[in-house]
Amino acid sequence: MPTSPSEEQGPYDLAVVGAGPAGLAAAVTAARLGLHVALVDAASRVGGQFYRQPAAGLHARRPEALHHSWSAFARRAAQLDVHTAAGRIRHLAEHHVWAVTGEAGQWAVHAARGPDGSGETVVVRARKVLLATGAYERQLPFPGWTLPGVVGADGAQALLKGALVLPGRRVVVAGSGPLLLAVAGSLAAAGATVPVVVEASGYGGYARRPGVLAANPGKLAEGAVHAAALVRHGIRVRNRSAVTDVHGTTRVEAVTVTRLDEEWRAVPGTGVRIPCDVLAVGHGLLPQVELATGVGCATRRTPDGAHALVVDARQRTTVPGLWSAGETGGVGGAALAFLEGELAARDIGRSGEGAASLARRRDRLRHFGEAMAAAHAPGPAWPEWLRDDTEVCRCEEVTASRVREAVNDLGARDARTVKLLTRAGMGWCQGRMCGPAVACLAGATASPDRRPLACPVALGALAELSDG
Amino acid sequence: MFTRRTFDVVVVGAGVVGAACAFYTSRSGLCVAVVDRGPVAGGTTGAGEGNLLVSDKQPGPELDLALLSTRLWRELAEEFPATFEYEAKGGLVVAAQQDGLAALRTFAATQAAAGVQCEDVPHLADVEPHLAPGLAGGVRYPQDAQVQPALAAAHLLRASGARLLLGEEVIGVLRTTDGAVRGVRTPRGDLLAPAVVNAAGTWGGQVAELAGTSLPVLPRRGFVLVTEPLPRVVRHKVYAADYVADVASGSAALQTSAVVEGTAAGPVLIGASRERVGFDRSLSTEVLGKLARQAQELFPVLRGVRVMRTYHGFRPYLPDHHPAIGADGRVPGLWHACGHEGAGVGLAPATGALIADGLAGSGGRLDRRAVDVRAFRPGRFGSGPPQPGRADAGAWPSAPGPTDRPPA
Amino acid sequence: MFRSRRSPLGLARATPGAPFDITLDGRPVPAFDGQSVAAALWADGVLSWRTTRGSGKPRGAFCAIGSCYDCLATINSRPNQRACLVPARPGDAVTTQKGHGRADLAV
Repeated sequence: MPTSPSEEQGPYDLAVVGAGPAGLAAAVTAARLGLHVALVDAASRVGGQFYRQPAAGLHARRPEALHHSWSAFARRAAQLDVHTAAGRIRHLAEHHVWAVTGEAGQWAVHAARGPDGSGETVVVRARKVLLATGAYERQLPFPGWTLPGVVGADGAQALLKGALVLPGRRVVVAGSGPLLLAVAGSLAAAGATVPVVVEASGYGGYARRPGVLAANPGKLAEGAVHAAALVRHGIRVRNRSAVTDVHGTTRVEAVTVTRLDEEWRAVPGTGVRIPCDVLAVGHGLLPQVELATGVGCATRRTPDGAHALVVDARQRTTVPGLWSAGETGGVGGAALAFLEGELAARDIGRSGEGAASLARRRDRLRHFGEAMAAAHAPGPAWPEWLRDDTEVCRCEEVTASRVREAVNDLGARDARTVKLLTRAGMGWCQGRMCGPAVACLAGATASPDRRPLACPVALGALAELSDG
Repeated sequence: MFTRRTFDVVVVGAGVVGAACAFYTSRSGLCVAVVDRGPVAGGTTGAGEGNLLVSDKQPGPELDLALLSTRLWRELAEEFPATFEYEAKGGLVVAAQQDGLAALRTFAATQAAAGVQCEDVPHLADVEPHLAPGLAGGVRYPQDAQVQPALAAAHLLRASGARLLLGEEVIGVLRTTDGAVRGVRTPRGDLLAPAVVNAAGTWGGQVAELAGTSLPVLPRRGFVLVTEPLPRVVRHKVYAADYVADVASGSAALQTSAVVEGTAAGPVLIGASRERVGFDRSLSTEVLGKLARQAQELFPVLRGVRVMRTYHGFRPYLPDHHPAIGADGRVPGLWHACGHEGAGVGLAPATGALIADGLAGSGGRLDRRAVDVRAFRPGRFGSGPPQPGRADAGAWPSAPGPTDRPPA
Repeated sequence: MFRSRRSPLGLARATPGAPFDITLDGRPVPAFDGQSVAAALWADGVLSWRTTRGSGKPRGAFCAIGSCYDCLATINSRPNQRACLVPARPGDAVTTQKGHGRADLAV
């Protein structure tokens, strides 16, 4: 077997990919059970997107002001420090995993080093792997969405939590999903004016699943906190509406908010212009599963049309030796991710103690996540928002009319063929931003993400994998 | 609903070869349907780099086919301007050492005698400024060109006017009581036609089997690396002289010799690993590493450039590395146009023209003498139900008698 | 240093050291230790720092978590770095990136 010049010491008993709630919980649990663990993560500090910590240099004494349930994170982060100091966990920060190869007993986790992964690539060898790579925000295109000042809602939240900055002073928050309420609350608490939160679905969807809500009092409380924050800051929520146009030449000056019907079709004549300097937009989260699909893990469709990994009651994927925890198995939030990480680690470390009660809580939260996904699933008529010249693929600047030509005139029936014929999805982001939209325009259900390189790698770094 | 539709010809496969078959067959006045279980260019075409190469072929029938194809691609590019990124960029084959260069020049001389344009390039930096210093020299092949294969397939299909049936899998080949083909069956119905063209590429063996015969098409996996978008940093298709030996190799083991080329869209493509591992879709970091190393050795400037993505495809190869083109004498009405290995995009128009010529009989427009088609006889592998006396009859009645001797 | 509670730094009771400067096309932009280049630019009211390779339109950070690559920046002459991930260092020179940012390689 060729040995890379840059090989992390190992093999480890367990490599955990991702240091968000799921990965962190798994790593500390596995270490407690005596396993030697590598915790491989792209960020400089643990926490993932949800518990993104303020950069160390900012010396924030009250990071919890920007977070929900901070103590659950802080406790595990403290345990991580103990295990790291004792040599039971090696935290490999700023390691961007671009592929997992191998098989049970001898996995190779390939990671490119550096804050944005532009450095050399290293191999972390491990007998077992847990994928806890979380999720990224689903975007749907609309006229004007490429104008500077239109930012991801999750992104606005990330830069606020991590760097303590705001993208602007007057921020319209729009899209769909419960994350929008949290984002609006944080932005307002940090000093931004949020004239309105624009929700395409409305929150009525949960009411149809009262059993699920009643079984999740923690989630109710969380919702109440967000609602109270909105009231405190005087933020209005407009249900069944969407931003259908953005105004400005070099940056956002205003948006048009339009009412939607049940299928997310814009109702003519209902547009209202709202001045703002930033639009924070997003349509829920998509599980980040390409490392898993790269080694053949099966996926399932979630109620909102995303693809999540199939996992069993013990968080095992369909590939032996590979576990998943957190959003990769379906978006469900941080509390669920903690539980799943712990359950996975207990299975890996062969400790069944207390697992039954954890599993029951996990199942309840899973059901809640599925109910949320169903309630906020994109309506079928959203493509009608697009104008011919609306760019669907941001990277390659592919317009809606070109995508439609590929479908109507050239025989494309799925996102892959549209990509081959138009380059939509062929750019730097590899279809992360346009993939769901392109699949929808092609009249297809989206396929599970397949990206043999999960992130770009310098050619010279790849060359180092070969000894000549 | 189960339907019955009637055509003159049914082409199985909506890749670039099937598209070319449909295009030229429709042009000769026949009514054509193209059926594919997936989308347009959903198989090997969609994973192809779009190489139209004469430079990698030794004198013989396949080179003749490639030369004909080169001419046809140029005609198509003129007829359909700016639709499939045709670029007559030329190939550049380089040798690192003097002895390799001498061998390359000898090889090029034999190609030149067969009609290939070859130009000796003593100063590589003049034609390809970013090439590594210190290479011994190279040969330029102006006839080598490039297309974007999926666009080419889609536009040829559209221009053909053929009935396009996508997402419809052929599950049976219909035959008359005396064994002749009379159409195909899909879950949606029957497509009736007295001629069926197997253009199913890497899956051509399965279609042959449905028709009650055999064709030993096997997959040969290849990985391609795609860099971030760049300006024009590589002008030609550039590869090291070892590539030709790799293409011709019968070994199952991994061979890599990077072909490096720019694209109209910006990214540089680095391709051409070859290994026989069945339909294994797992990522091989060993292959990626080798391709990257070779590309970097040719073009040191690429060292700091990011590889944005990689993909793989399965070339359809036959044991003698030549495609199967023509009528299958064992099953009347069955025609094959598959097994082009890594040269399917390049050889597609000539393949389509030959098939159309055969199907339309004397109505064809092709000068048959341009290519000696015996090397591509589908029956040359000898297995399947033999029908003595009928072997390949009817494909090219003027062609001399069959021989099972593989080409040199 | 007094900071209003109604500011991100105030809300988190952050006490960063003195800001240092990076530059955007030669103009100084203040940054705190630990902030990404994109964060520093946002805090200064800058929302775009590259133009697209097709139509030349302005772009900046969009997803801000490293997924969308819209924030690609040329930093200290190295193009295509994700500004939302790369930490700002004193003296960093960000230049508005045009297209692929590699025009110097063209032949």
